[in-house]
Amino acid sequence: MSGASTAGGATAAPDGGTRARRDPTRLLRYVGGKLATAAFSLLAVMLTSFFLFRLLPADPVQAMTQGRAVTEEQLVAMRREFGLDQPISQQFLDYCLGLLSLDFGNSYKYRTPVVELIGERIGPTVLLFGTGTLVAALLGLVLGTRAGWRRGSATDRAHTGVALTLWSVPSFWLGLLLIVVLASGIGPVPGLFPTGGMMSPGTSGVVDVTLDVAHHMVLPVTTIVAVAYAQYLMIMRSSLLDEKGGDYLTTARAKGLRDALVLRRHAVPNALLPTVTLIFLNIGRVVSGLILVETVFAWPGLGSLFYEGLEVSDLPVVQALFVLFAGAVIIMNLLAELMYPLLDPRVRV
Amino acid sequence: MVTPQDPPGRQTPRWLAAATAALTLFAGTLPSAGVPAAHADDGTAGEGETLTIASSQPVDSLSPFLAQFLISTSIHRLAYDYLTNYSPENNEPIPGLAESWETSDDGLTWTFTIRDGVEWSDGEPLTAEDVAWTYSTMMSDDGAATANGNFVENFTEVTAPDERTVRIELEQPQSTMLALDIPIVPKHVWKDVDDYAQFNNDDDFPIVGSGPFQITDYQPNQSVTLEANEDYWRDPPNFDRLVFRYYSDKDAEIEALRKGEVSFASGLTPAQADSLRDEENITVNNAAGKRFQAFTINPGARTKDGTEFGDGHPALQDKTVRQAIMRAIDREEIVDKAHGGYAEAAGGYIPSRYDKYSWQPEEQRLGFDPQAAEEMLEEAGYEKGSDGVRVSPDGERMELRLHAHNDQPANINAAKIMAERLGDIGIEVDNRAVDPGVLSDALHEGEYDLIFTGWSVNPDPDFVLGIHTCDALPETPGTMRGDAYFCDEEYDELYEKQLREYEDEEQRAEYVADMQRILYDEAVVNTLAYPDAIEAYRSDQIGSIQVQPEPDGNIWGQDGHWSWTSATPADDESRSGISTAAAAGIAAVVVLVVAGAAVVIWRRRAATVEDRE
Repeated sequence: MSGASTAGGATAAPDGGTRARRDPTRLLRYVGGKLATAAFSLLAVMLTSFFLFRLLPADPVQAMTQGRAVTEEQLVAMRREFGLDQPISQQFLDYCLGLLSLDFGNSYKYRTPVVELIGERIGPTVLLFGTGTLVAALLGLVLGTRAGWRRGSATDRAHTGVALTLWSVPSFWLGLLLIVVLASGIGPVPGLFPTGGMMSPGTSGVVDVTLDVAHHMVLPVTTIVAVAYAQYLMIMRSSLLDEKGGDYLTTARAKGLRDALVLRRHAVPNALLPTVTLIFLNIGRVVSGLILVETVFAWPGLGSLFYEGLEVSDLPVVQALFVLFAGAVIIMNLLAELMYPLLDPRVRV
Repeated sequence: MVTPQDPPGRQTPRWLAAATAALTLFAGTLPSAGVPAAHADDGTAGEGETLTIASSQPVDSLSPFLAQFLISTSIHRLAYDYLTNYSPENNEPIPGLAESWETSDDGLTWTFTIRDGVEWSDGEPLTAEDVAWTYSTMMSDDGAATANGNFVENFTEVTAPDERTVRIELEQPQSTMLALDIPIVPKHVWKDVDDYAQFNNDDDFPIVGSGPFQITDYQPNQSVTLEANEDYWRDPPNFDRLVFRYYSDKDAEIEALRKGEVSFASGLTPAQADSLRDEENITVNNAAGKRFQAFTINPGARTKDGTEFGDGHPALQDKTVRQAIMRAIDREEIVDKAHGGYAEAAGGYIPSRYDKYSWQPEEQRLGFDPQAAEEMLEEAGYEKGSDGVRVSPDGERMELRLHAHNDQPANINAAKIMAERLGDIGIEVDNRAVDPGVLSDALHEGEYDLIFTGWSVNPDPDFVLGIHTCDALPETPGTMRGDAYFCDEEYDELYEKQLREYEDEEQRAEYVADMQRILYDEAVVNTLAYPDAIEAYRSDQIGSIQVQPEPDGNIWGQDGHWSWTSATPADDESRSGISTAAAAGIAAVVVLVVAGAAVVIWRRRAATVEDRE
């Protein structure tokens, strides 16, 4: 997507060529344009997040106190404390003023500033998702290269078949399956990993904690990788196929280079570009899938926080997370767009 | 340009070596995997016996003034004392921090005598002043009243004339004075808090309390750890440590129990209970539940001043129609098909586990009898139209919306059964399984006909009875406290009488029975079943445990702390699980197999590359 728009910009240039590339105002205009679009998107996200979650059914106070003995006075006091007794225009104004100082208010449920809650949870999410993305990308690149280079072979069919099957598996279901088989054990398979959480209660000491967290990460990371590596594999495979017919590869071969080297030195670097973009976009897309994986494995990250927030209409929490998640996509998109010309001379402005 | 190349395939063993090393790393942490949770896994968890309890809720706050979730209030029952407690055998009020009490003749002054020699966990003495301060703070500060403000609503003044006496003055007599579920907090720690609405009590550990356990660690969204209070004035606990572990997915929680990672899990579905029933070392406890499952019928939503709102079907204002609906539903069928048999067919409003207050209709006036239901509708003028659906005398088709919670399988199934049975008598049902929020909105806007509901009932039934008084009708649409627009003068009179009747328990029970009779006959609030509380524990980790009430009671969510203070560790002989040596052995085998397979694959791959070249 980003590639297409950039390439479109390039063709629109009057005469391409060296003069245009060296014109600093063009580059500035390109970067400025991208920055402005991103800033505008971000602003739109911030404003819509306020109204979006007000479409949720159920008054947060009713949802929070459901099934408990509460008096009229208690309900009124809670509404006043959350600012829900104010007209919606006033609430919106307060929200906007809060945003200016990056204050997303207090969680209704945890009575804690949302920024603090996010601070607590972002580490576990980055750790889990970062590891998952890294492993999935590496695995996808290696297997995708193999599959693409030997298109139509048994290896190719097996790799794409397995990857696409896993890609279509719901992540929470796969996670549960891994828990049943590898965490609690089934038949002769012993339970090797913890069923959930990030750390065993009472663990202390750097070495013990590191080992314990690593132990807890195995199953959720496996779930993320199993579901996600297919897209890296397919992109790598197809872009390698595009490169495969290139004259420069024939030239390389003609020079007497062996097949493996032609692949590694010439074809792969060129085919990597779309994958790099994909990795960037995926970093921004923390929210999808991760919510389910974190929930199944009781991982104390942002995905679980979002899920809990939706359960009781904890508006400040879901608003802030929505802005954070959408903001991540926008910023990563922006980075990918800015980096693309640097990586690929063909789309250089 | 031509550079010497690496031998083909050299890269492969490098990542393979890394993978093998990683596997060995994880295998290295294995020995703890198969060890039962009742033991301290390793040196890091401290000495002594640990009992791990699975929780499907995260802790919302560790402040007794704010905590609303059952998990949090259950932890507070362990960490703090209460003025009175409930007997584990029969739920009757028994002495707690107060060892005795007396009431003035007009019932407006209660005097409690506080136990001598009780200390906070930091060594300070616990006095009447702490009790008076806790209650007074809730009376004067909205933030401090967040969780339990309903208990002190009727208090005018609380004083501590001396170290062992607490005096509570009431505006009106209150029969719930021995059921004040308010944790008593230490004044010397809490008096310096700036804002009770924001203080979560989770900065300094261990947390100062006076209960049988002391909160020593809290990992938000993961776990809460409590250590036994050896100096507790009642019998100290048998386990040295309790850990509450949070699992957000119920199935994952059950797997943790199956594996022995936790010793106890609650809130099981019938399917989960059935799957665990035959497991070795797991005991399923099928307790008489504290909840009732019901549906209410919209009799015409209105505010306190009588303004009507909403769009309930007008035919439902006719008591005959409401009663006919009840007669068309077979509660036994609901129990069997919707609850898988893990429930009891309901009669009155209060679940049968509360002997004193439960009530059953003398004759099944509204029992299952579709024939009678049809006759009632015919007589009242609701004739069947050409399509088999009845039409009211003023020409309205009898099509009713039915809202059920889509997150509760039992509700969804019960709704299907109801829709079918009502169809049998000529009432068409638009069956809607919706998010709890959507359901709640429909209720509060009065835009429903039939709607599912259910409440957990305390040993003292005051609250669940109170939500059906005329006073509970909303001031403005959207602010109702209850789950039905019910308002009946006779019911209100009985409610006032039972509230004042704190001396003669039998008399109070009679009033409560009469109130349930009215609810039954008016058929606005209709109970269907009392679902069982299904829970399971590892019998190789927990030797014995107290249920409440005896003998068929529950373990989780007791009124009191009896389950966790009474639980005893199982004998060593009965413990199972994979031994450390066995786990290490299995790990070694796994590593060998993976490494072996990897070598084979690598050799084959290397061979193909060579061949191709």
